[in-house]
Amino acid sequence: MLWFEWTLATRLLREGRAQSLLIVTGIAVGVAVIVFLTALIGGLQAQIIERTLGTQSHIRIRAPDEVARPLRAGTGQHLLSRVDQRAQRLRSVDQWQSLVAALAGFAEVTAVSPLASGPALARRGSASRSVALMGIEPAQYTRIVPVPRHLVAGRWQVAGNDIAIGAQLAAELGAVVGDRIRLDAGTGRADVFTITGIFELGTRELDARFVYLALRPAQALLDLPGGVSSIDLRVRDYLQAEAVARRIAARLGVTAESWMTINRNILDALAAQTLSSNLIRVFVALAAAFGIASVLAVSVVQRGREIGILRAVGTQRAQVLRIFLLQGAIVGLIGAALGSLIGGALLLGWDALGLARSGRGAFELQVTPALFLAAAALATVVGMLAAVVPARRAARLDPVEALRNV
Amino acid sequence: MSEPPVLELRGLRKRYAVGTPGEVEVLHGIDLRLGRHEFAALIGPSGSGKSTLLNLIGLLDTPCAGELCLLGEPTRALDDGRRTSLRGRSIGFVFQFHHLLPAFTALENVLLPAMARGRRPTMVQRQEALALLEAVGLGPLADRKPYELSGGQQQRVAIVRALAGRPDLVLADEPTGNLDTQAADAVFALLRRLHQERGFALLVVTHDPRLAGRCDRIVELVDGRIRSDASR
Ligand SMILES: Nc1ncnc2c1ncn2[C@@H]1O[C@H](COP(=O)(O)OP(=O)(O)O)[C@@H](O)[C@H]1O
Ligand SMILES: [Mg+2]
Repeated sequence: MLWFEWTLATRLLREGRAQSLLIVTGIAVGVAVIVFLTALIGGLQAQIIERTLGTQSHIRIRAPDEVARPLRAGTGQHLLSRVDQRAQRLRSVDQWQSLVAALAGFAEVTAVSPLASGPALARRGSASRSVALMGIEPAQYTRIVPVPRHLVAGRWQVAGNDIAIGAQLAAELGAVVGDRIRLDAGTGRADVFTITGIFELGTRELDARFVYLALRPAQALLDLPGGVSSIDLRVRDYLQAEAVARRIAARLGVTAESWMTINRNILDALAAQTLSSNLIRVFVALAAAFGIASVLAVSVVQRGREIGILRAVGTQRAQVLRIFLLQGAIVGLIGAALGSLIGGALLLGWDALGLARSGRGAFELQVTPALFLAAAALATVVGMLAAVVPARRAARLDPVEALRNV
Repeated sequence: MSEPPVLELRGLRKRYAVGTPGEVEVLHGIDLRLGRHEFAALIGPSGSGKSTLLNLIGLLDTPCAGELCLLGEPTRALDDGRRTSLRGRSIGFVFQFHHLLPAFTALENVLLPAMARGRRPTMVQRQEALALLEAVGLGPLADRKPYELSGGQQQRVAIVRALAGRPDLVLADEPTGNLDTQAADAVFALLRRLHQERGFALLVVTHDPRLAGRCDRIVELVDGRIRSDASR
């Protein structure tokens, strides 16, 4: 259908090789930057989210805060205008067993893990450290946080009086696998446990404080007989966690917090980063567009006489317009292909660099066919848009003017 | 009813730089008829408006007043798209400077008007173009680019291009102005021969009285008016 336009566009591009090469190079550099940047930032963000979610649940169900209700008079007027926040004491989630069953009924929920957690003091010999007790049902909990994968010593056995502690904590207590430590939650109950595993989750705070033990001894230490302090959930799509949490809260009347609420600051930072990388993309695309437009504008002036010939032999204005639009699209597409290659090579190089430095890839780069397709589509559209102004000028060119003898 | 003339001009006027202090009228009401198969020369001093008139006739430019009928069809009211396709179908141009597309071979340049209709040229069109190139002695050079041809050869390609679409009217603006006498004679003889074979109407601008004398009719333009119009 566009056979004539296509033939002319490709011929003109081939004939003006130097100019075509100039534009293609410009586009290729722009596309390479965008591809590299997108994969890098996508990878970085995915890694941040993965790190965050690697050590916490998608949604946490908690016992509601004890709210001090102001006394009300019969008229509805406040008798007390100041309300004191009470010190929170560890409370159990009401009827948590039936809640667990109800939560498991949600289609989006893939794992449900009750948790009895609270502060305690760990003591070994003369050393003592404050720790966070994590009383868990190991089979459920590891579906949310895969602790066994992060073991650096011993094995994953959390049952009875066998516990797993963070590597930093172990170092501070001078403890190794097989050692015994004393845990005291300050409720009058304390017990001695055996370290069977030492893990390193990669987050300093957690590796220095976490102690995983079975649910029952944790309940005993924390004075939560038969109770749990929270229920952790994993959902199918972590980006939907907030929506699922809201639905759970509304349906079951519980306090449900998603990781997105808990980590609002991280998400805000990621959003800011996304915005700035989008800005960079826009400016790179704009720079490429102006490059294409200016080179094509020069080419229209240089080819004035040829355009005049085309018009004289019966070429319509619309055809001339399409010939130049096509030139923009073609250089855009070729530039995108080249830029994708360069960007891909840069990414491979980056990966190899990280591999050399740390033994594994610096982080997982997000390289998908969709990225290259999107870059190609973008460059083609940008090329075509950039060609609009020169193409219109070419189409409007007065053939008499263009053909005037020199 | 008799066939309408190829070309009929009535009171054709052309002004340049309309609406500016430099406004000038270049053609002051031209009346002219050109019958089918006529072979006419348009002569006149430089600046008398010959190129302007040819551009108007070729629908490359629009008159300010008067009517211009091509094959009996009035063209004043036509939009650019219609004028362009009418031009592509019915008119062949030969310019003083050959005006070939440098990116295309001689054969492709000849096929350009056919290509501009949006379709790949047919086998028949290609063969006819080749036959025409052969007829003007350029058969072996059909695949050469313009810069690989001499000036006379380029002009012959341009003539073949003007004729390939079997136009009713061929407009040539000083087609030999850029050639030496020998090449000019050859090109003119070629025009004459092809005219005999194909029977289009021709209006050729020339400065050369010798060549004008070999035409069937001489129209003389002076200061934007037709001074004389004589058939032999
Ligand atoms: N675009 C234009 N603007 C103003 N004047 C023009 C323009 N084109 C041609 N002219 C003037 O019109 C007159 C006729 O020009 P032209 O048709 O080229 O003459 P010829 O071909 O007979 O030498 C000349 O005086 C020329 O200067
Ligand atoms: Mg002239």
